[in-house]
Amino acid sequence: MGYKDKAKSLTKVIEMKNITKKFGNFVANDSVNLDVFKGKVHALLGENGAGKSTLMNILYGLYSPTSGEILINGKKVDITNPNIAIEHGIGMVHQHFMLIKPFTVAQNIILGREPTSKFSVLNMKKAIKDVKEISERYGLYVDPNAKIEDISVSMQQRVEILKALYRGAEILILDEPTAVLTPQEIVELIQIIKNLTKEGKSIILISHKLKEIIAAADFCLIIRRGKHIDTVVVSETDEKGLASKMVGREVIFNVPKEDKKAGDEIFSIKDLVVKDNRGIVAVDNLNLSVKKGEILGLAGIDGNGQTELLEAITGLRKVESGEIKINGEDITNNTPFQIINKKISHIPEDRQKRGLILDFDISENMILENYHNYPFAKRGVLQYNNIKKYAKELINKFDVRPREESKLTGTLSGGNQQKVIIAREVTNDPDLLIAAQPTRGLDVGAIEFVHQSLIEQRNNDKAVFLISFELDEVMNVSDRIAVIYEGKIVGIVNAKEAKIEELGLMMAGGGSK
Amino acid sequence: MMETIFSNFALIIGTTLMYSTPLIYTSLGGVLAENSGVINIGLEGMMIIGAFAGATLGYFVGNPWIAFIGAGVAGGIYGLLHAVACVSFGANQVVSGIAINFLGIGVALFLSRMFFEGATMTKSIPLDFKMPRPLNGVFPDGSFLNIILDNQYATVYVALIFVLLIWFFLYKTKYGLRLRSVGEHPTAADTLGINVIRIRYFAVIMSGVMAGFGGAAMSLAIVSNFRPTLISGHGFIALAAMIFGKWKPQGALLACLLFGGSQGLAVFLGQFNFEISSQLISMLPYVITIVVLIGFVGKSAAPAADGIPYEKEHKY
Repeated sequence: MGYKDKAKSLTKVIEMKNITKKFGNFVANDSVNLDVFKGKVHALLGENGAGKSTLMNILYGLYSPTSGEILINGKKVDITNPNIAIEHGIGMVHQHFMLIKPFTVAQNIILGREPTSKFSVLNMKKAIKDVKEISERYGLYVDPNAKIEDISVSMQQRVEILKALYRGAEILILDEPTAVLTPQEIVELIQIIKNLTKEGKSIILISHKLKEIIAAADFCLIIRRGKHIDTVVVSETDEKGLASKMVGREVIFNVPKEDKKAGDEIFSIKDLVVKDNRGIVAVDNLNLSVKKGEILGLAGIDGNGQTELLEAITGLRKVESGEIKINGEDITNNTPFQIINKKISHIPEDRQKRGLILDFDISENMILENYHNYPFAKRGVLQYNNIKKYAKELINKFDVRPREESKLTGTLSGGNQQKVIIAREVTNDPDLLIAAQPTRGLDVGAIEFVHQSLIEQRNNDKAVFLISFELDEVMNVSDRIAVIYEGKIVGIVNAKEAKIEELGLMMAGGGSK
Repeated sequence: MMETIFSNFALIIGTTLMYSTPLIYTSLGGVLAENSGVINIGLEGMMIIGAFAGATLGYFVGNPWIAFIGAGVAGGIYGLLHAVACVSFGANQVVSGIAINFLGIGVALFLSRMFFEGATMTKSIPLDFKMPRPLNGVFPDGSFLNIILDNQYATVYVALIFVLLIWFFLYKTKYGLRLRSVGEHPTAADTLGINVIRIRYFAVIMSGVMAGFGGAAMSLAIVSNFRPTLISGHGFIALAAMIFGKWKPQGALLACLLFGGSQGLAVFLGQFNFEISSQLISMLPYVITIVVLIGFVGKSAAPAADGIPYEKEHKY
């Protein structure tokens, strides 16, 4: 039974017809159609920057469409601002939470619809009571008096959902809700979604994670570069089917790599001790080495010293004791500039904070480490012609989109931002490439690209050090896997012989040799 | 001996209150604008135009309260200018503030020459038409409270009432909650249907009104005319007080008392024949401002969106 047959028997709550949205010359949505049904979960799938969020911002009244119309419960409506959307029972949980950090949970939930006594004086007692009531009704437990800045990300997400429910939302838009959650929290969220649909709420789930769509959604609309591709019944398809529709070609989940004998040891760490921001030892007498032509993966749960280790190697954090060597040269406590010159490159954990300068354009970001060298500078003056030419080459080679070197990197999608960083770092021809969380938040197409780039470095006989919290990624890409626990390496195994249970046990501190 | 220390102490408290008052109004203005997310370094200019409008209306109309309100309106018009530039056109708020400061002194001098036969100084307001002193003669002569409050103008008490009012508005009413939400995260406020533009206009205009009051508290009470050097930096000191007071009305009050106190101390010390030149002593408030800002402010608590223009369809 196809989508059209299934849809016939259901009640439409929202119809978006031929929605087009242009930002200047850029077409973010190109006649997209979306139907949402009562009590069902409708997923919206597409790569980063495909136009999913834009479509939802239109439905929520944050953007106005260039053309097209929206029907709610069969009636045509003009949603020119969020108030109108809220009145029609639409609630939105944004990808970047719309919460006011110094305010309490209750203040955030009631904001804009505050219970008041005389003279607009806030009635916080009633506010707290109301919040407790709805949070109990839907099983979304929160502390109304806690400040947002003091609660966990998954709690903050609950607050966002409660905000919508407090306003009487019947249709809930969840924009990339799992991007910030741990696997356990994702399971909880899917349960919450099921509870809500049981209560008759309709959900629009925006995601580029196939597993979650399969687990949570009834229907799925696929968008590619702003264009409407297809709507499918989720139970009649699988991950591969969804992925190829989303990317527009077959996607390889596991990038193949040939066997290769590793060369000499090129990078080594001896008895390294590093402290964290609070002055507590985070990296504790750690020993590690990477050989030419191999990818060493570092597996471990977030917060076991990975960040401090990474910062110590790249010169961003002081080493207390121990030694770091590349090509036999000691680089302990060198400056980042000196370390880059010793042929270590680095794809940072946080691409927006450390990888790029978002207000600089692509070409400027491409030369961040070489701006002072010929041909990019002559006697201290930047040579923009040469810089642009160089950037154009890299943009073509690494398939950065859009292909405009003068585009600000802040306007690129996550995948393309990562491509800019990889292009810059790999073109430096490093002896050691450190990749920290290189695929965080990326869609399958972009992940494939990142993995290919790492493997290519290895095939060119360079050393690669991959740090990741995703065990799947470490196991697929690495040649050897080291496991870090409380700042120590608790075991090193060959990737081919590694078992997921064994690694999982070591990551949790249940040591093995 | 005991008695002189006592009365000197009372005298210092009295002058502290007197000199703090213009700062309190103005820095409350800063609190309003910046909690809504608009930096207002134009406070100085708004204060100047308020001082001029107050002195001029006081001279011609002869009613201090009409003059005081007129000063608020003049400051409010400058606030409106700042709001148009910063809120509607997304101009750089610091640049707009600097322009407002030039416009403050420029327009005040121009109008002064027009109304007062080419003089850059307005004519003195007759004593009867100055701000009233509500507690004059209420306490027995020479008593502690008498020394402190006898000569205080009504503007002092009104300023303290405004501190309470604005604190209550910001933290206890729904519009205060909305105003602060706009300064912290305008996009979030917008998604909840709060009109960011309208709230910022309101806050910036009110900030001008308060700075105008601050100027009038100078020209209608502490002195009785306007001259080009009257405000010389008080707007900036008020701005510093707001920052030192962590963007809160109660904090701004305390900071203003500190800065006003240093000014009072300078005046108090001025009456003795020290071997120190009086110019050095009158530097005291400015030196304390710098020292406090460098040394004690520490981690700032500015509203997260302070200084960032809000654009609706901002794709980033």
